[in-house]
Amino acid sequence: MKCRKCGEKAVINMRQHKLALCREHYLAWLPEQVERFIEKYKMFTHTEKVLMAVSGGKDSLGLWHILKTLGYNAEGLYIGLGIDGGAGYSDESRALSEAFAKEHGLILHVVDIEQKYGATIPELAVISNRGQGKPCSVCGLNKRYLFNRVALEGNFDVIVTGHNLDDEVAVLMQNTFNWAGGYLARQAPVLPGGAGLARKAKPLCRIYEREMTAYCLLQGIEYIYAECPHAEGSTTIYYKEVLNQMETDRPGTKLQYYVSFLEAKKAGLFASVEDKAVLHPCDRCGQPTSAPGECAWCRMWDRVRLVKTTVPVSPESVSLL
Amino acid sequence: MEKVTLKYRNQQWELPAGMTARDAIKKTGLLPESVLIVVDGELQTDDVILKPGQQVKLVAVVSGGAA
Ligand code: SF4
Ligand SMILES: [Zn+2]
Ligand SMILES: [Zn+2]
Repeated sequence: MKCRKCGEKAVINMRQHKLALCREHYLAWLPEQVERFIEKYKMFTHTEKVLMAVSGGKDSLGLWHILKTLGYNAEGLYIGLGIDGGAGYSDESRALSEAFAKEHGLILHVVDIEQKYGATIPELAVISNRGQGKPCSVCGLNKRYLFNRVALEGNFDVIVTGHNLDDEVAVLMQNTFNWAGGYLARQAPVLPGGAGLARKAKPLCRIYEREMTAYCLLQGIEYIYAECPHAEGSTTIYYKEVLNQMETDRPGTKLQYYVSFLEAKKAGLFASVEDKAVLHPCDRCGQPTSAPGECAWCRMWDRVRLVKTTVPVSPESVSLL
Repeated sequence: MEKVTLKYRNQQWELPAGMTARDAIKKTGLLPESVLIVVDGELQTDDVILKPGQQVKLVAVVSGGAA
């Protein structure tokens, strides 16, 4: 197969775009696409301060590389979760993130949860009794909370995550199967922020996972290939495989699903279910919460401190940067 | 018959050489959309014909937990 632009040997064929490209043209094409979507969905500008959520995986490292290539001002934030899984998952993903930042002269902030707050994510899951034995619920709660706090403390204009098209359609499928109107109304390439919440953007929302993997392989970006041990058997992975079966039979299915969803939303299909939850500052930490009084994060650490004496008395006052 | 070896995470298959990578992937039960093909260290499109003795690595593209 030949590159559509120069006729040299292609390294990737993207059936959904009817486009095959050689290494050189692919590495130029992908950042152009990302820039197009950053502008189209008004995610952020070249003068804004971007906080990139870095996990050490292909999407976040690949996107960080692309943002740098495009001349955006993006610092990274890595959150140490303390997940081992017998293979040192957190240690390895942190080492890869740090090595990447060093190699490319980028600033990486690291917040290690155990070091700051005295317990790891798996410990939290057990002690707080949230999420039916799976740490994903406390993991998500901590990541959302800490990203927002770091963004505010460090005066960042926007938090950027590496969610790709496959992540978005997997969530979309789950939400349409459940007709979860509120979630559907909220799923978007960019969430504006305000009232103490930082803006959030997903520049890869229309980029296939396959395209990000190819980008990292071709750029020689070393990313963590092993999965988080807790991702095994997740519904996300299940939906992704189902969607890839459809994509194999009918190229472009995933992209079409996502783009037509955004169009339907723009036309007002979900307007009536948009949730108008009022946020107010948590009594303890001041972060926005919909719960009355204290936020879920403060309440969670209070419960954990009853069992673990290593947890500081006022976790909300530990500074992050 | 001459063979080619395909590796994916900790799995491995020996398949007859001479078919396209896409056909070989289908024989393993994996989905062509869920992997990339690296032949002797080089990324390749899936119409490439696999030759005897080549080392073919199928790189998983699917990842993801709940958040
Ligand atoms: S799979 Fe679960 S525990 Fe692992 S990083 Fe993702 S959310 Fe956290
Ligand atoms: Zn070319
Ligand atoms: Zn709070």
